[in-house]
Amino acid sequence: MTTSGWHTRRNTRCRPLDSHAIATQPVHDAHEAHAHAPHLRHHFETVEQQREASSFGMWLFLLTEIMFFGGLFTAYLIYRNWYYPAFVVGSHQLSIVLGTINTAVLICSSFTMAMGVYSAEMKRRTALVGWLLATIVLGGIFLGIKADEYHEKWEKHHVPGLNFSVQDFTHPTDAEPALPLDMAQKTQVYFSLYFAMTGMHALHMVIGISILLVLVVKAWGGAYTTGHMTTIENFGLYWHFVDIVWIFLFPLLYLISRHQ
Amino acid sequence: MHFISPVLWQFLVNWLTHFALFPPEASEIAPYTDSLYFFLVLISLVGMTVVVLLVVLFSVMYRKERNPEPTQIEGSTLLEATWTIIPLALFMVTFVWGALLYFRIYNPPTNAMNIYIVGKQWMWKAEHPGGQHEINALHIPVNRAVQLTMISQDVFHSFSIPAFRVKREVIPGRYSTVWFKATQVGTYHLFCTQYCGTLHSQMIGQIVVMTPDDYEKWTNGSTSGASLAQNGERLFTSLGCSSCHSGNADSHGPSLAQAYGSKVQMANGSFATVDDAFLRDSILNPTMHQIAGYSPIMPTYQGQVSEEGLIDLVEYIKNLNSNYRVQQTLTTSTVQSTTPAAPAAGQGMVKQ
Amino acid sequence: MSTATIVKLPPQETASLPRRSYLNSEYGLKSWLLTGDHKRIAILYLISITFFFFIGGAMAGLIRLELLTPQSDLMATDTYNKVFTMHGIIMVFLFLVPSVPATIGNFVIPIMVGAKDLAFPKVNLLSWYLYIVAGIFTISALVLGGVDTGWTFTTPLSTHYLNTHVITAGLGIFIAGFSSIFTGLNFIVTIHRMRAPGMTWFRLPLFVWSNYAASILMVLGTPVLAITLVLVVLERAIGIGVFDPAKGGDPLLFQHLFWFYSHPAVYIMILPGMGVISEVISTFSRKRVFGYTAVAFSSVAIAVFGFFVSNYSALVFSLLTMLVAVPSAIKIFNWAATLYKGSITFETPMLYAFGFMGLFTIGGLTGVFLGSLGMDIHLTETYFIVAHFHFVMVGGMLMAFLSGIHFWWPKMTGRMYPEALSKLAALTTFIGFNLTFFPQFIVGYLGMPRRYAAYPPEFQVLNVLSTAGATVLGIGYLLPMLYLTWSLKYGKIAGSNPWQATGLEWQIQSPPLTENFIETPLVDHEAYDYEWLAHQTEHEVQTVG
Repeated sequence: MTTSGWHTRRNTRCRPLDSHAIATQPVHDAHEAHAHAPHLRHHFETVEQQREASSFGMWLFLLTEIMFFGGLFTAYLIYRNWYYPAFVVGSHQLSIVLGTINTAVLICSSFTMAMGVYSAEMKRRTALVGWLLATIVLGGIFLGIKADEYHEKWEKHHVPGLNFSVQDFTHPTDAEPALPLDMAQKTQVYFSLYFAMTGMHALHMVIGISILLVLVVKAWGGAYTTGHMTTIENFGLYWHFVDIVWIFLFPLLYLISRHQ
Repeated sequence: MHFISPVLWQFLVNWLTHFALFPPEASEIAPYTDSLYFFLVLISLVGMTVVVLLVVLFSVMYRKERNPEPTQIEGSTLLEATWTIIPLALFMVTFVWGALLYFRIYNPPTNAMNIYIVGKQWMWKAEHPGGQHEINALHIPVNRAVQLTMISQDVFHSFSIPAFRVKREVIPGRYSTVWFKATQVGTYHLFCTQYCGTLHSQMIGQIVVMTPDDYEKWTNGSTSGASLAQNGERLFTSLGCSSCHSGNADSHGPSLAQAYGSKVQMANGSFATVDDAFLRDSILNPTMHQIAGYSPIMPTYQGQVSEEGLIDLVEYIKNLNSNYRVQQTLTTSTVQSTTPAAPAAGQGMVKQ
Repeated sequence: MSTATIVKLPPQETASLPRRSYLNSEYGLKSWLLTGDHKRIAILYLISITFFFFIGGAMAGLIRLELLTPQSDLMATDTYNKVFTMHGIIMVFLFLVPSVPATIGNFVIPIMVGAKDLAFPKVNLLSWYLYIVAGIFTISALVLGGVDTGWTFTTPLSTHYLNTHVITAGLGIFIAGFSSIFTGLNFIVTIHRMRAPGMTWFRLPLFVWSNYAASILMVLGTPVLAITLVLVVLERAIGIGVFDPAKGGDPLLFQHLFWFYSHPAVYIMILPGMGVISEVISTFSRKRVFGYTAVAFSSVAIAVFGFFVSNYSALVFSLLTMLVAVPSAIKIFNWAATLYKGSITFETPMLYAFGFMGLFTIGGLTGVFLGSLGMDIHLTETYFIVAHFHFVMVGGMLMAFLSGIHFWWPKMTGRMYPEALSKLAALTTFIGFNLTFFPQFIVGYLGMPRRYAAYPPEFQVLNVLSTAGATVLGIGYLLPMLYLTWSLKYGKIAGSNPWQATGLEWQIQSPPLTENFIETPLVDHEAYDYEWLAHQTEHEVQTVG
């Protein structure tokens, strides 16, 4: 018969969410020392099980995120197929320079995040904190550039529902071809999807950066450099996912028919 | 129904209708729908009986007092196969029967008379080609195939005639059609069956099926004077359509005479059939319907024509056999707009 | 009804609740509101779900009252529209979806697999808080003036033609969706990673299989609902035009996205209930479930087919509907075969299970009516559909829920409910249910549309019958509220295994310890192994006395 049993350790932070009153049970008095690693949650049998479960959980969560963004991608595919000229013109309104910079910024932030995970594995506390801070900074740069792009869209009256005007598309001042009015109206769908998709992506970035701030504080305290870096690993997965979503968004939104 | 005694069928249906348990069978398709229904009720009764019988029988036979020791049985692949295959077979029969009935309900005969329906919150407007307009009512002749071409002005509605066993969604932005052939004179319920807001349950009306004579009397007495096509002709000119679609060899737009029902090649190489939906969409979204060989200069009329106006135009183009009257209108308007002088050469005018 | 019973309670004169259990391990509101214990979270869910059920039920009562007369005379039609919308939203999202998984599933699944808790207790608690926030948003929508889109939020009605609290309600459901996703995620990881030694997949109770299948649907389908609601909210709030024809959008796209979740949702709702029935039928016929593998794979098949039913062509819809009906039929026959040569007793959970089998069969078969294309044209959007889904959801799912609550009540509370009164409630519910919903099949075929406040007078008799039934049904639902609450103080002490059932949850004390097991169980027998059970002795049960 297996006896995993539960044991307590006095004067530690080992405190499950419910009372650990089994300490008062006679059958478990035999063990004084705490037999498991401090970060092992008590409903898991082994650290291995905990790590595998956490990792599995994060992958499953990312699957739900794929389904979440999937709805937007589906809408995009359908409307691009129907209103291609409007999508071309709409896409050309975005700054390819800023979009490329943002893409590079995010890829770098994935690199810094991966370095952070490596530092955690190597138990290098200051390195970890540094890489996490770098990730935050890069994420912040991304959001700053995004905000600037949004602002520019607002100025040019390309925000559907709020101040949209088809003027730029029916009577373009740049080298773009003029669209007939009915097709020009369809650019609103393009911009609706632009704001919905990049906005949802930006929201995920904001959430990610908020979590990163918490992680930085905890990492400074040494929480992730004692051999338990599941949290950093799993957050890394999330961050890479957000990066990958952008890598799909960038060509779909910015690079429609740019080969001239 | 031809494989069941007609007497039995009549008895069943009439009895049920009399006791308000069954809607009247007032269309050609209704008995077909009802026979599928009775088949489904039958297999349901059989299925229910089997399940209830087994449960009750086993509960009695194997209740604890009678059978204190249970016999552990793992399973039986044969039984699993049996109660998989038999339901599957029955459901496949249902699938095929239902699909066949569906296609029958969906495909109108070619000689169906067309009536337009515009749904809006919260009323139905029926537009007969002869110019009769009805609200929340539809008069039709008995024993004649009728096709309804329907569109909504606002939200989703659904045009439902239970006595005919048909209904179809009425959608904003595109035409939907439904057809039926009434077989019984009388008045039947018309319901809106897609929740559409406050007065959804008041968006009801009557389908009045009349003998051919009565129907003729009704059409003569109810016309507003101008047929839909005549209204359409008026719009065709006032909206400026005639200037590009004049039917001349060098006109900017394609000739519309006898265009309805034909196959045209689009600018992107694909082919399309000119039907109601094509015409309506071309008026509202011309950029998406560029015909091969013509420049994409047609402006959109979105916001300038109501759904009724679009129906009038579609009706007009449907019946356009030649460009004679188009050209006449052009001539008159051209002459009126210049000082009396010789008409420009090459116009191909016809003397009045 | 026979007088034989399988119930075996400890001698009541000397029996008492265990000295220590999850209920008394800690006291105080904070210990409940900040708990990670899956059992406490299950109780929190049970209380809140019951609360919302009664609000949704009150809405149903108002609907049936209005429909007593053909005219729209009890309330303004706008109000009626708000009432049926709220009834649908609350019943689907705040009751049916979480009912069995979040209450019974949360409580029992970790114990059934032999674990001390779910994989992510904090996420479990978060799930409950998200549910409460969702409930607050929904009640706010109600209190602030209501929402009248119907629970299906069809565009463009919901985006452009209504002035009611669509955004509030939409956000509420969005949040409820995440509550559901986290529950499903927790279950999947727990079942994969935290089974006790010896607990192989095919030794798991079928309740676990059913919830596993439902969890997969929850995890894959709910996010699509979430993004759809976000788009509706954005369209209303700032006017982006993804569903607006004037801006090039298409209202039909909403339908595709919404039903991508909402059709699998009905299988999310019914699968856990089917899991309960497997447990109950096995226990009260003292037999392993006939065709364990078939039933387990049927759950997965229902999930897979159910996922793909909607969104493609009408033909695909019809074909897949027929296909998804087959595994459901397989389950019904397997349960019936479980009774064969069993040793059957008729305790309350078993009565509800029988009710389920009959009513779900009718409901499921009428689903075949609706899946048959030509037939569906006449039946769609009528009361036939209303009757169909109430048969499967109320006659099926709700009966299964009540069966499960009664079955696991002694485990959750340590006490038995009063048997005679509970049998009466079961019977009342069954009679009331049939009287309420069967006439709706008839009035549906007659053509009465759904979501109608007023109707032609010839439909009145059937509507009156339905309302009469609803009154009886309401009494049937009220009774358990009363006697279950009563039993908390005065019910008989149940002991660890009053039903003499197999399953790990019956090998531990009632109510369980916080950590469920004193020692990790080692599983060396199949599910529903009554021969193994016969060799178990009382003192091998894990209890602290």
